[in-house]
Amino acid sequence: MDVTLEHYLVVSGVLFSLGLLGVIMRRNLLVIYMCLELMLNAANLALVAMSRYNGNLDGQIMVFFIITVAAAEVAVGLALIVALYRRRQTAHVEDLTSLKS
Amino acid sequence: MQAALFYFFAALTLVCGALIILNRNPINSAMFLVLSIASMAGLFVLLHAFFLAAVQVLVYAGAVMVLFLFVIMLLDLKEEDRRKFNLFGIITGVISVAAIAYISFAAIRSGSASVSRTASDIEGGTLPLGKLLFTNYLLPFEILSVLLLVAMVGVILLSKKDLK
Repeated sequence: MDVTLEHYLVVSGVLFSLGLLGVIMRRNLLVIYMCLELMLNAANLALVAMSRYNGNLDGQIMVFFIITVAAAEVAVGLALIVALYRRRQTAHVEDLTSLKS
Repeated sequence: MQAALFYFFAALTLVCGALIILNRNPINSAMFLVLSIASMAGLFVLLHAFFLAAVQVLVYAGAVMVLFLFVIMLLDLKEEDRRKFNLFGIITGVISVAAIAYISFAAIRSGSASVSRTASDIEGGTLPLGKLLFTNYLLPFEILSVLLLVAMVGVILLSKKDLK
């Protein structure tokens, strides 16, 4: 049985759903961040598969850009989490409720 | 052979993705994320995106995950105590994930007419990607370098001791 585009898209969709589930269910800021990376990777997989089956390299260039932006985003986000931890001594979203009246 | 490799790497990616969510210890989650990303690089190789597979391993599994592990150890995060899962989060999470999964699968089923069934013979090596990157995509490439510089300056500013 041959592997078609749909196979890759199904894997990508399931992976994206897993990442979303993690972002909603988990309470640790760092794990939420990891699940965000998982969702980005799922999108990358869909883009590469589309590029392969369309005979067009533009999708792979897009993935290249996404990986670079994700690296920058991880650096900034982790710096924010460290700054937050220094001030509040916690990395749990349930403890960060100062906007709640 | 190709199909067997695809199923192996896809299963590994998905199982590790599920274990990221299920693990209570953040370090175990990070390790499973490394494994998931590495097996996704295997999927990239199967799709003939060789350069992207190498970048995936170098940048994601290397640099980004080292940064994650560094922060986990810096913050000294303990294993999450077995606090009760809040029902609201689980219900909304499962409902929204089911909705998104249904939408994407319906789109996959209905939209296969315009895409060819067989794989094309393009190769994502360094030569074609580099040619495209330095001709058609030169401006985004340069903007991206500025973005990296901005991110670096921002991180240095954010991690100063007395944040003003």
